[in-house]
Amino acid sequence: MTMKRRMFLKGSLAAGTVGVAVGAGLLTPGSVLAAWPKAAMEAKTVDDALKGVGMSGFAQSDDIKIKAPDIAENGAVVPVTVSTSMTGVTNMAIVIAKNGTPLSSTYDLGKGAQAYISTRVKMGKTSDVMAIVKAGGKVLANKKEVKVTIGGCGG
Amino acid sequence: MAKKSLKVKAKAKGSAVTVKALISHPMETGLRKDKKTGKIIPAHFVQEVTAVHNGNNVLTANWSGAISKNPYLSFKFDGGKKGDTLKVSWADNKGGGDSVEAKIK
Repeated sequence: MTMKRRMFLKGSLAAGTVGVAVGAGLLTPGSVLAAWPKAAMEAKTVDDALKGVGMSGFAQSDDIKIKAPDIAENGAVVPVTVSTSMTGVTNMAIVIAKNGTPLSSTYDLGKGAQAYISTRVKMGKTSDVMAIVKAGGKVLANKKEVKVTIGGCGG
Repeated sequence: MAKKSLKVKAKAKGSAVTVKALISHPMETGLRKDKKTGKIIPAHFVQEVTAVHNGNNVLTANWSGAISKNPYLSFKFDGGKKGDTLKVSWADNKGGGDSVEAKIK
């Protein structure tokens, strides 16, 4: 019995140490997620955000379709669908122009992936939702205004 | 890990596969305040979602805290068929994560 208790204590101690290491930021997931564009995600302007993910200097294109509500009652959940008929799309991004950090998400498309993304985003206030698409080295974008009645960022 | 933090449905139509994924996650931006204590709730959100089909990385999504709570993601890819497995994984900024292997229907 005493032996078992010893082992139990040792086991829980070891587990505790790992937990503390994670908590203290020693084992940050940053190293695992090396590709995560931290600077771009934290950028405060649309230009800086797009520069950070190599998507600056876009041209307007109506070939990009953005499906989003005209008026969103709840800014915390705004469904957005981006699709395009263009071929050779390698990267896509969804930018909420007037959010504190405009870049909401980027998508790296692998072999076979179609240029279609659907997700739900948070919006602080009425803003343009921009979809940026990189196809064959060219950067194209389209936008759609979504009116927000109740903001979804902050409480 | 909470059980079933990730639900994936993949459906083939011809060779095109439509994938729908739903993750249970609080998605805290790090800007919200706790109404009772007035302290800022630390950021806690899913940073990366990946989908792998037959060793081919079909999609990598990089997310910020601006994606809604309990995130939903849908995408499509070519080259899949019924019975194939699609592995979808997510990882958050605190080292949490989960993965699931879904059979394409």
